[in-house]
Amino acid sequence: MLLELQGITKKFGTLVANDSIDLVVKPGEVHCLLGENGAGKSTLMNVLYGLYEPTEGSILLDGKAVTFKGPGDAMAAGIGMVHQHFMLIPVFTVAENVALGDEFTRAGGLLDLEKTRAKIRDISDRYGFDVDPDALIEDLPVGVQQRVEIIKALVRNASVLILDEPTAVLTPQETDELIEIIGQLKAAGTAIVFISHKLREVRAVSDVITVIRRGAVVGSVDPSTSTTDLANMMVGRQVSLSLNKAPAQPGERTFQVRNLTVLSATGQRLLDDVSFDIAQGEILAVAGVQGNGQTELTEAILGLQPHVSGSATLKGTELIGMRARQVIRQGVGFVPEDRTVDGLVGTFSVAENLVLNWYNEAPFAKGLAMKPAVVMANAKAKIDEYDVRTQSAESAVGTLSGGNQQKVVLARELSRPLNLFIASQPTRGVDVGSIEFLHKRIVQERDSGTPVMIVSTELDEISELADRIAVLHRGKLMGVVPGNTPRDVLGLMMAGMTADEALGQSVEEK
Amino acid sequence: MSSQLQQDEASRSVLHRIMGGSSLVALLAVVLSIVLGGLLIAVTDERVAEASSYFFSRPGDLLSAAWEAASGAYIALFQGAIFNPGADTLAQAFRPLTETLTVATPLILAGLGVAIAFRTGLFNIGAQGQIILGATFAAWVGFTLDLPPGIHLLIAVLAGFFGGALWGFIPGILKARTGAHEVIVTIMLNYVAVYLVAYLLFTPAFQNPGSSNPISPRLDDSALFPLLLGSGYRLHLGFLVAIAATYGVWWLLNRSTAGFELRAVGANPHAARTAGISVTKGYVVVMMIAGGLAGLAGVAQVAGTEKVLTGGIAASFGFDAITVALLGRSHPWGVFFAGLLFGAFRAGGVQMQTQTGTPIDIVLVVQSLIVLFIAAPPLVKAIFRIDRKKKKKPTKPDQSSEDTTTTTAVGGVA
Repeated sequence: MLLELQGITKKFGTLVANDSIDLVVKPGEVHCLLGENGAGKSTLMNVLYGLYEPTEGSILLDGKAVTFKGPGDAMAAGIGMVHQHFMLIPVFTVAENVALGDEFTRAGGLLDLEKTRAKIRDISDRYGFDVDPDALIEDLPVGVQQRVEIIKALVRNASVLILDEPTAVLTPQETDELIEIIGQLKAAGTAIVFISHKLREVRAVSDVITVIRRGAVVGSVDPSTSTTDLANMMVGRQVSLSLNKAPAQPGERTFQVRNLTVLSATGQRLLDDVSFDIAQGEILAVAGVQGNGQTELTEAILGLQPHVSGSATLKGTELIGMRARQVIRQGVGFVPEDRTVDGLVGTFSVAENLVLNWYNEAPFAKGLAMKPAVVMANAKAKIDEYDVRTQSAESAVGTLSGGNQQKVVLARELSRPLNLFIASQPTRGVDVGSIEFLHKRIVQERDSGTPVMIVSTELDEISELADRIAVLHRGKLMGVVPGNTPRDVLGLMMAGMTADEALGQSVEEK
Repeated sequence: MSSQLQQDEASRSVLHRIMGGSSLVALLAVVLSIVLGGLLIAVTDERVAEASSYFFSRPGDLLSAAWEAASGAYIALFQGAIFNPGADTLAQAFRPLTETLTVATPLILAGLGVAIAFRTGLFNIGAQGQIILGATFAAWVGFTLDLPPGIHLLIAVLAGFFGGALWGFIPGILKARTGAHEVIVTIMLNYVAVYLVAYLLFTPAFQNPGSSNPISPRLDDSALFPLLLGSGYRLHLGFLVAIAATYGVWWLLNRSTAGFELRAVGANPHAARTAGISVTKGYVVVMMIAGGLAGLAGVAQVAGTEKVLTGGIAASFGFDAITVALLGRSHPWGVFFAGLLFGAFRAGGVQMQTQTGTPIDIVLVVQSLIVLFIAAPPLVKAIFRIDRKKKKKPTKPDQSSEDTTTTTAVGGVA
């Protein structure tokens, strides 16, 4: 099925999210939409999927104009979408989830799951998905859950499949598997729209790359285009993708973690006997697929996790057992992984967020009374220093873009004398232009002699920043390796091999 | 604990929606409710019913009868609440206004108690019980202790604050320690308070000696709020306490470190926790302050207006306080003016009933309609056809879809 978008414009009030976008997706072709967060990729796909009505422009299927009133229409027309956050019910089985919304019924309105099961087995065999229709979703790894989403679309006879940031939650190995699956679907004639902002995988998977910036198409290019050129197209100016940081000059190992273990409420080991050191003036990056104990590791150090055993000492002071406030007062700066949930109060002003964990100390407060003038002056200074793009210091922080929100968090955490700096996903959802800036600030903090711990699920970021890399898998430390360790070795460690095993296998393969 | 935070997310988003509404919506909600109330007055009016029987021969009659019924009732309400032009002296003419201020006093104080809890993300439905406890403590001090004037009143006021704070502390500590939902606990504590005071009024410590009625002795004069305008008016010092409390709550929320913590806990408990603020402590502290403020409303009743403790001392102030807090969008001065408006309704409603025969219940209907409209800002906006374009603006492209999917995903997992 040939899908054409002609002159799609979508306005929200005065804001133009999509500006007369033309796009042609051919059967058996992987068409990639590349753009920064907020460039308008998802808006465009939501228009295509019937979630938004376009202000102008038309959608053509095999040359015929169609209008979608909702996702139901889009699905009926053969368009399937796999959202970045899966739309699955964890306590239902695969078959139940696939059937949901389009159930087969027997006489008397009884649910007929057998038909769905058969279809799932059929698709699963045809493409080698290896999915058991009777497994519970919550028991399945993320990669398999994603395949269930793809099956959902295929069962409804989708001939155009939209994948919205499909690799965001996958390990490098799972990503490879996904790319393989995409290849098979392509061979079977399915048209695929692949949305991403990751340059590397875009070049690996697509036949055509269309770059979108500020709601408009910048151009369509061949996948052989260099990453630097793609990045420049995305951002609209020259960006330097490499940081060129000076070699680390590690000093005394002032931060020491020993046998740190975190249990869940039900007694599961979320973090299992982890030990490592960080020296002054070095960056230790913690790599791993999301949900392998990174959150627990950082929150345990910050005093935000219950059921923690083991020790974490900073300049000889034991942090485990302290409350979050005491840990912060020890000179620990912390950038939480989800800034909108844990790092910022969205309805508070930029100025208030800049003192969110320092509001009751001099010079911002005296006794019970806060000093709004000082808070405001501080905000003005930080907004200048960190180039936060905001209408004013009084604007609610929730109205800022992701990159600027992250600058606010970073500005707050780096603006006091630190003995340890922990940043989780420091550049998640941040535009390429701001990433550069944020990385530089982090390296600057390292160079001023602070031990720095970075947690990231993006290998690009890890290799960029790390002086040493610690890999977590299911709460266990797989090893600490040098910063220049090859990606395939890291990938194997992230999948559960120790450093030695991974190195061995990597050499063998070569 | 984090699961408890997630549990509360739903109710918090309701709160944010209600508080996020503009003052314009609040104002329009009031206007709309008054218009609808007028329609209701007209529909239930006898003369209107009569005129409607010959509507097709003389439609004008129906319209004028309806207009007269509604406007007559509202004029009587105004005269009973603000200014009575028929009075002999100018001072007398303004007597209704002082009545309004008197009735508004407990509404404002209890409304502040509900509002400050709202700002911390808690639904304090227990103002009724907290008023009763405050009144009970203050009354006991007032008629039992023998203290010099001034000090006696001060101790009574503090006792009232303490009584309410105690009744707020219970749901606060239960929420902090066990995660018990404050709505359930406060509602139940309202019943406990009602029956507790009913029981106490039959015990020797509280019942007026020589009486078989459940009424306490009169409070000593030294424990009463002095009248502000002399014996001809009921307006008492409690109203100034309400003004001071409004300013105090404003300062606490907007200028103090404690208020910063409470607002942070209310707006985003996750971020507050990460910033080293104790969420559970915030819950306990704010519920005590909220209860204390409602307790002051009880003091205003028992040491100002009623002067004796009865089972009905709280009337329905505790529940009206919720409406007042909503209408005032949980901002201290907003609550203050909402309290004045509701005080006017109440004071004027009596006059309306005696003068025009319109039942005072119509005031309740208007109040209820106000809540209904405030809880549904899109409805008000649709009726007045405002904000059409603006309404869609906040949904940012690209992110909006991701945001909604995130919430569903989180909700699904939780």
